[in-house]
Amino acid sequence: MKLFNAALQLSVLIIIAPLLSGIIRKIKNNLRLRVGPGIFQPYYNIAKLFSKDEVISVNSSCIFRIAPYVVLSSSVAALALVPAFMPQISFWAAGDFLAVIFLLALGRFFLALAGLDTGSSFGGMGSSREMFISSFVEPAAILAIFAVSVAGGTTNMASLSLVSFVRPSAIVAAVAFFIVLLAETSRLPIDNQETHLELTMIHEAMVLEYSGPSLALIDMAAHIKQILFMTIAVNAVLPPAVSNVLLPFAPLSGFAFYCLKILIVGTCVALLEVSIAKMRLFRSVDFLLFGFLLSAITFIIAILGF
Amino acid sequence: MNYLNPQYSLLLDPFSLFFLFVIFLISLPSAVYAVGYMKNEYTAKKITYGWFLFAAFVFSMAAVVTTANAFVFLVFWEIMSLVSYFLVVFDTGKKQSVNAGALYIIMTHIGTAFIIAAFILMYKHSGSFEFSAIKNAAALMTSSEKNLIFAFLLIGFGTKAGVVPLHLWLPYAHPQAPSHISSVMSGVMIKIAIYGLVRFVFFVLGVNSLWWGNIVLLIAAISCLVGVIYALMEHDIKKLLAYHSVENIGIILFGVGAAMVFIKLNMPVLAVLALSAGLYHLINHAVFKSLLFLCAGSVYKATGLRDMEKMGGLIKFMPWTAAFFLFGALAISAIPPFNGFVSEWLVFQSFFAGALNCPTAGARIMMGIYASVLALTGGLAAACFVKAFGITFLAMPRSKNAQEAKEAPFSMKISMAFLAILTLVLGLAAPFILKIISNIAVTATGPNQTGIWPPVFSLKEFTTLPSSNGLIGISPVLILLMLVVTVGITVALVYVFARKRKVSTGLTWDCGYYKLDSRTEYTATAFSKPFRIAFSFFLKPYTKTEKIKESQYHIKSFRYELYNTYVFKKYFYKLGLEITLRAARYLKRLQAGSIHLYIAYIFLAILVLMFFYGK
Repeated sequence: MKLFNAALQLSVLIIIAPLLSGIIRKIKNNLRLRVGPGIFQPYYNIAKLFSKDEVISVNSSCIFRIAPYVVLSSSVAALALVPAFMPQISFWAAGDFLAVIFLLALGRFFLALAGLDTGSSFGGMGSSREMFISSFVEPAAILAIFAVSVAGGTTNMASLSLVSFVRPSAIVAAVAFFIVLLAETSRLPIDNQETHLELTMIHEAMVLEYSGPSLALIDMAAHIKQILFMTIAVNAVLPPAVSNVLLPFAPLSGFAFYCLKILIVGTCVALLEVSIAKMRLFRSVDFLLFGFLLSAITFIIAILGF
Repeated sequence: MNYLNPQYSLLLDPFSLFFLFVIFLISLPSAVYAVGYMKNEYTAKKITYGWFLFAAFVFSMAAVVTTANAFVFLVFWEIMSLVSYFLVVFDTGKKQSVNAGALYIIMTHIGTAFIIAAFILMYKHSGSFEFSAIKNAAALMTSSEKNLIFAFLLIGFGTKAGVVPLHLWLPYAHPQAPSHISSVMSGVMIKIAIYGLVRFVFFVLGVNSLWWGNIVLLIAAISCLVGVIYALMEHDIKKLLAYHSVENIGIILFGVGAAMVFIKLNMPVLAVLALSAGLYHLINHAVFKSLLFLCAGSVYKATGLRDMEKMGGLIKFMPWTAAFFLFGALAISAIPPFNGFVSEWLVFQSFFAGALNCPTAGARIMMGIYASVLALTGGLAAACFVKAFGITFLAMPRSKNAQEAKEAPFSMKISMAFLAILTLVLGLAAPFILKIISNIAVTATGPNQTGIWPPVFSLKEFTTLPSSNGLIGISPVLILLMLVVTVGITVALVYVFARKRKVSTGLTWDCGYYKLDSRTEYTATAFSKPFRIAFSFFLKPYTKTEKIKESQYHIKSFRYELYNTYVFKKYFYKLGLEITLRAARYLKRLQAGSIHLYIAYIFLAILVLMFFYGK
């Protein structure tokens, strides 16, 4: 039963992950008074890429070929460790949030290597910047969730999801985590998913040489990573236990509540993206340091017992 | 004590045996590796000499960790230092080796001087060099004496361990030795210093004040950050690895320092957890750092290069070495399910447990700050190893030497394979190993202040590590299983849906330039540029530009060089050197070469002696 629950939650999250990107893009387009593609466009993109041929650089090695699989599987494994809306999931025994952070590092490590593998300057630039940004994001992420963990007394996500009250520190932590989310999902003001301008792209530069099904896998991994970070952010403030207590017909109502929470965060991201410009690479360090300081403050608030 | 007939009492408690195990675990593959490595590289006579030194080196380290007598400890400690000096200058033809050796032997003797001073202070109370006698005498020492001894021990062992700011010799000496020696030096020798520190502080003296742990934690944090930032800037692959040793010693000391704090705050269970984390990272670092040094050595043997900027594309010529290096790189970047992840996770858990349970808010907040320092270190280390692996092994070769590289011989491959498999085994079998290590750690931390021994970790499920408060933590086996299953499903899906697609090879996209070659590739300098700018307040980079002129009017080319200012060297060591030299210049007037002056000295000396004797 536990295993079934786990498989159910994981597959539901994986299936709705591209939809979330589609919705955010739709909101952004409507805010800019454009019609834009439909919310199912990410699915069509993936289907299209699966039917395409693939071109691989002559300079590349096996690292380039295996990287998409490693990236996707690391995101999926990380997603399996995160509580979303189902109670009692067996996978949660496998790891805590530190395992989530380091599993994502596995995917990032291989993607950065793949960026260097083709011998293109774009790839190298993307890898360098990605590793640069992520090394500043990781401390902020870990400290923010440490703060949330203080209330639960454990770093295990499952136990955290049983903490059923709203704390001031958790709200600040969610804001800090939102900054982490922007950086990790290549959103403005750190990165821009919509551009292929040489000087500004980070994630897109790393995956520039990918095509066909490999690119589809990497895109899918990015969608999954996005829903993963949003899930952690919303569950830090309002754990699934809250929804299970407040609402009848769990887990179905829990799922509805979860979707609502995710949509709110998604809308925030969209609003933010249409209203600000991208920062220079070295200005984004300041922005991330702000995120880090916010996590540190959260941590202190949590230590003091709020 | 009769110095000609000291008591060679052996100490074979679990703590010593643990270090003995680490020594032989690393020395064995290094020795096998040396067979292939030294062949064709040195003359037959030199190889014999090398084997003699290697054996003496391993023996002296084994003797240091198994003696129960401070005097014997010191003798073997000195033999270890001297033998390792001869190994650093093994390539006597190179000027760098001789310089690095000189720096090493000076620094290591400054450290030894402090250790001797600490031992003499202890001897003053105990009247014996036996550990047990010193331990009994330690109860009678005053607090300030203990503090002084601790400070001396910290400086002495810290120099050998290479903590910042005493790390200066490490990035010069370790890379200069032949690679199998670098592997033992970085993998094991610096750990012997950790052995000394833990042995004397935990077992003999006992943790006396809270600041002991705090200062160790502070030094650890500085070592972590400084080590990894310098490593990021380094493009000599062996030097890069040496700087990572500074960083990893920091992580080990995080565990040791946190354990000292927890002992003082009377939290023995957490002390065991923290010390286990430190010791676990110690054995992990020994394994992956030796592995990385051996891989770097096989790259050096194949190409004659240590500068990463001239390598590239080696994965095609040396696939095995590349695969083993990748294992090591993943392990040192704390990526699951490799061993580095498990021990760093344990250090994180120690800090988290400290943040939850320490009695003062200040201590709790410090634990959180140290945890984020560790997170930053982890992120930077991952970036550094993306650089090290990516620039060395991927894309196109950047020089002729790299193009003609050949895979390492069997004896080198087998020893690298052994260590590469160990990185995975130490990660996956973590629960078993943690149980053993926590049993060792508990002998060091001892019972709590009311005399009750803390429980060692008992494991219900053998695949999971316990979290600090008894709840289930992580399971490396399950993580690996999830990764493998997901990869399997993905491969199946791609096969089912995209079977008919064609995979062809083409040129890397070049914006229509058609001339992408190794000179247009991204370099290690370029890769680390964002870090150089972000940490410019610490690195203080500066450039030198030189115009190379053909004639007075025509500039043929520019020469552009980039340097970092090594702040510790510039502001700490240069200053010390200047003061020493100035004092020497002043004092040399005493010895002006005039025989009359010397006779006057003798006469004065006799007068002074007579005066005192008459009294």
